[in-house]
Amino acid sequence: MTRAMLTGNAAAAWGARLAQVDYVPAFPITPQTEIIETLARWITAGEIATRMVTMDSEHSMLAAAGTAAATGVRVFTATSSQGLVYGFEMLYAIAGLRLPLVLVNVSRALAHPITLEPDHNDVLSARDTGFLQFHAETSQEVLDSILMAYRLAEHPDVLLPAIINLDGFYLSFTRETVELPALEEVNAFLPPFAPTFSVLSGPESVALGAAVLDPSLYTYFKHQMHRATDATLQLYPKIAGEFAERFGRRYGLIDEFMLDDADYVIVMTNSFAATGKAEVKRLRQQGKRIGLARLRVIRPFPHAEIQRVLRGRKGVAVVDQNISVGKGGILFGEIASTLYGLTDRPPVLVSFIGGLGGRRFRPGEFDGMLARIERPLENPGEMAEPNLLFTPNECREVGRFFAIAGEGEDTNET
Amino acid sequence: MKREHYKSLRTISHEEPLGPGGPLCAGCGGLLCLRLFHKALGENVIFVNAAGCFTLLASYPFTPLRSSWIYTAMACAPAGAQGIRDALDILKAKGNLAPEDDRKVVVLTGDGAAQDIGLQSTMAAIHRGLDFYYLCYDNEAYGNTGFQTSASTPYGSRTATCPITTSSPHGNLHERRDLFEIWRVQKPPYLATISAAYPLDLSEKVYRAAKFTGPKLFIALTPCPPGWDLDPEWSVDVARLAVETGVWPLKEAVHGEVSHTFRPRQLKPVEDYLKRQGRFRHLFEPKRDDETIAHIQTTVNSYWSKITGNASPAPAEAQATVT
Repeated sequence: MTRAMLTGNAAAAWGARLAQVDYVPAFPITPQTEIIETLARWITAGEIATRMVTMDSEHSMLAAAGTAAATGVRVFTATSSQGLVYGFEMLYAIAGLRLPLVLVNVSRALAHPITLEPDHNDVLSARDTGFLQFHAETSQEVLDSILMAYRLAEHPDVLLPAIINLDGFYLSFTRETVELPALEEVNAFLPPFAPTFSVLSGPESVALGAAVLDPSLYTYFKHQMHRATDATLQLYPKIAGEFAERFGRRYGLIDEFMLDDADYVIVMTNSFAATGKAEVKRLRQQGKRIGLARLRVIRPFPHAEIQRVLRGRKGVAVVDQNISVGKGGILFGEIASTLYGLTDRPPVLVSFIGGLGGRRFRPGEFDGMLARIERPLENPGEMAEPNLLFTPNECREVGRFFAIAGEGEDTNET
Repeated sequence: MKREHYKSLRTISHEEPLGPGGPLCAGCGGLLCLRLFHKALGENVIFVNAAGCFTLLASYPFTPLRSSWIYTAMACAPAGAQGIRDALDILKAKGNLAPEDDRKVVVLTGDGAAQDIGLQSTMAAIHRGLDFYYLCYDNEAYGNTGFQTSASTPYGSRTATCPITTSSPHGNLHERRDLFEIWRVQKPPYLATISAAYPLDLSEKVYRAAKFTGPKLFIALTPCPPGWDLDPEWSVDVARLAVETGVWPLKEAVHGEVSHTFRPRQLKPVEDYLKRQGRFRHLFEPKRDDETIAHIQTTVNSYWSKITGNASPAPAEAQATVT
């Protein structure tokens, strides 16, 4: 084991390297590109035996990734944002063919307006595809999640692809200390890929992706995919436990921060949870009984764990770094449905939309969120409606931009 | 062009790698081409299918193919072929696949996928020099969805999106896009047009292509009985007429150098070809559309006069090859 200062992207490349991936189809997009550049450098220097091919689009990239996995090799690839949605059709195809590859998504908000900064509308758009989803807060977690994801994805009871998500810029380009496990240790945890399903290179002919002309068949295969996610949840503690034993780092489905005696809980994901943790610490110093739950595994959705972590709390704020326009926070709805059947569910559950397009939390916003969930709800609409975080100062700033653009809209009073 | 291997129909394999009873239409020119193509390819093939009529080749739990087959999506079959080829090479390099168990990777697309939505991934695969076969079964429209206009649709054809009406009596008014020339720009090792009506020419081309590493590309003009509005039993006749009238030149290009593999002694008038098909019926009934017929004939004449250096529509100096 060695230590290195690695960006989130470099940690992703190290994850692929240590997993000894056979094949990387690639296409550049900011802020992901550093991952494929790092791998390309190692390949051309002869440091790793991986084969890389640069494709003509993310759609083609994912097509090649899927068919290579279907031929029986271990596949890794990476993209961001527009690239993920450009290749979207193939996400369903890969998952539907039950091909266990790993895709890193470096989150970046979707155009329009175009931006480079992160939010999670890109990766959460893939939540229904059948990809497992692991969302990382640190560079170390990026690397470790890749290794664990291959173990889970390739398990014969699972056979589903996995997305590892990290925030563009905030994590992709932030250098942190990362422990690099020794290759022999990784090999013992994650042996070389030996497909447990029929592959195109096998001795017998196979037809993959055949049409089904009977709705019951379609339904059956979709149910099978869903059942495989149940199997993932069952396998997770064993594999995470094995990982902890071997490498000394334990990852739950949920990262629980200062939750033990917390009456109030903030739910967050990804790197912005680091800000949330610092704020929780600060509020704790003021005597507030607050904690933070960071969702690490979003598919399969860890219902039982969410119930365990949130039941009996007085108030919960779900901070979604995404917006389902016309509804609100994506994870809020999922958490609300998970808690609905509990008699001791939190009486106050409020949705906040923050971090869109990389927007940082403003001073006082966590105090505000806490104040909001400390107070009983006055009408049911308060729970259904998302709270869109935005400050008067920002409004004035936007007004300045409007003035320059000649729009002349007065936002001072809003 | 002298044939080395396929000198008589007896040379064509009696093995049937493509079983009968699939769900494709009676008289499908594409299916007939695939059958001949697969016979010439032999065993150890992996087909990579784009969305199109051949999507329905395999419908769970049946497949008519003895070879392996994977369905990708409409735009990306050549990219899918890249993943398979690379994975096979990786497995060989690691000693996990014996050289004799290696496969030929074959893309199957219609003209809609080849010309339109999949053109980018095709050009990229050719550019990368991918070692694969590509069979485009060109029925000159989006056949599987009910015969809508594609970039392959010929001038004057009726399609589901170019219906014949009083205000639009001529059908499709775009010229057919020359996919052969588009592909040839990148000088692939082997590129050919084929027709199921010329099985020896077709088979010999697959045989020749096998000697090359890299892209081996085939465009087959494949009559589509429901779309072309013709009796299924005329499928081969009409495919032959396409060649005899000069509408579908049989040719190949080795590293971009073109040669014609069959030159009719005397081109038949295009009318002979058009009249057999309901998609061109409006050119003859209720009133003859001389202008459009002449336009189509002129296009064919102009092509062949460039090939033969002769202004006449008939390439009189050309040598015929009996097939």
